[in-house]
Amino acid sequence: MEFPEDLKYTKEHEWVLIEGGTATVGITDYAQDQLGDIVFVELPAVGDKVSKEDAFGVVESVKAVSDIYAPLSGKVIEVNDDLPDDPEMLNEDPYGDGWIIRIELTDPEEIEDLMTSAEYEQYVAEEKE
Amino acid sequence: MAKRTPLYAAHRALGARLVEFGGWEMPVQYTSIIEEHHAVRRQAGLFDVSHMGEIELRGPHALAACQQLTVNDVGRLRDGQAQYSLLCLPSGGVVDDIIVYRLAADRLLLCVNAANTDTDVAWVREHAGGAEVVDRSAEFAQLALQGPLATAILRRLTTVALDDVAAFACREGEVAGCRTLLARTGYTGEDGWEIYCAPADAPGLWAALLDAGTPSGLRPVGLGARDTLRLERALPLYGHELTERTTPLEAGLGWVVRFAKGAFIGREALLRQRDAGVPRRLIGVVARDGIPRQGYRIVQAGKPVGEVTSGTKSPTLGKAIGLGYVAATLGAPGTALNIEIRGRLVDAEVVPLPFYRRAS
Repeated sequence: MEFPEDLKYTKEHEWVLIEGGTATVGITDYAQDQLGDIVFVELPAVGDKVSKEDAFGVVESVKAVSDIYAPLSGKVIEVNDDLPDDPEMLNEDPYGDGWIIRIELTDPEEIEDLMTSAEYEQYVAEEKE
Repeated sequence: MAKRTPLYAAHRALGARLVEFGGWEMPVQYTSIIEEHHAVRRQAGLFDVSHMGEIELRGPHALAACQQLTVNDVGRLRDGQAQYSLLCLPSGGVVDDIIVYRLAADRLLLCVNAANTDTDVAWVREHAGGAEVVDRSAEFAQLALQGPLATAILRRLTTVALDDVAAFACREGEVAGCRTLLARTGYTGEDGWEIYCAPADAPGLWAALLDAGTPSGLRPVGLGARDTLRLERALPLYGHELTERTTPLEAGLGWVVRFAKGAFIGREALLRQRDAGVPRRLIGVVARDGIPRQGYRIVQAGKPVGEVTSGTKSPTLGKAIGLGYVAATLGAPGTALNIEIRGRLVDAEVVPLPFYRRAS
């Protein structure tokens, strides 16, 4: 199970890569492992506004439907258009080709609420128990 | 607390993800639902289905009781034969879908769904007339070996003449030194076997089957793939396609209901429905841009016309498939419908069932 140190994390198992005023968002290695084979994704459109902790998209495994939550508030400036045709990239490369959206942040102070890699690893260890 | 099968430790050792199902802690997958699904379609899969319940009707009144309790005609069975059947309410609604094994004229074994076992035992006791009713669920573990290579793998471990056992027949015999009841039945749409054994023998039998079959591509398969496999073959699942509020005729199971055999519970209501015509019926749909799921509305021309009962992305077909009930007039293959998915209307088309049938 990977927990890259340059990323921030949420309790809903999203990861965030902060670069200046933008954030790239995906689901974590743990999340994809828990979901199992992902077969469908529903993404927002470029230009949509997202609010911290609100659902902005959906991933479906063979068995179940799960919401994806925005880790931070902002405007969607890019979506991973390859995912609808290749949803299995969320399983195969969750921190790379499986990225989901890029957001232009409206409230960068929200970053303070995210977990570090070490904190998230601890959080996952506790959830597993 | 959820019950555990005798194979619980084996599942843990294999790294299975366990979930609660029907009051049991069961493996939903070992590695990947899709990979496990393909293994069953292409080679073979081994399932722990020890959670299933077993109820035996015994004594001189066993056959008569079974005729009264079930909609299929037990009179057609000889010793060592089995049939798919249903327990119905007087309303025609379904109490459970079951397999009836005729072990002998005075011994009929009913294999029932795990989640319904307690309900079924009570229902059967209440309507068994003079037959003795024994809940044997705790006496049996059950393994399902399914797939095109299932018979070849099983042959390595038994001297039973497997080719003499037809589909829906059963035979007592030893497998890997364990006493079993071998039934050529399953819930995947492939050739295969359901192997009943003593709980104490189950771990050894499980290991022997995996050892014998792994070189041929056999792998352990969880309930996740069991669901996608049965759904592709359009086999109903209780709580989804079958409930106390659906009848066998609506579910497309008219072939199971043998009115000619005489009295049985639910006969009058089902006869009335047969003569009046069913108000709704089970259909299969393929959806274009979204996955149908249980409870989603089926819509035509903006009006709700029914509801999805099961759905998934079919690993074999690569398409989003669903089963559901619609008004009987709308069920013709080729009919264009919509599925309402998270407030969005997705295009779908009625297709013939099953979605998948193995080449014979």
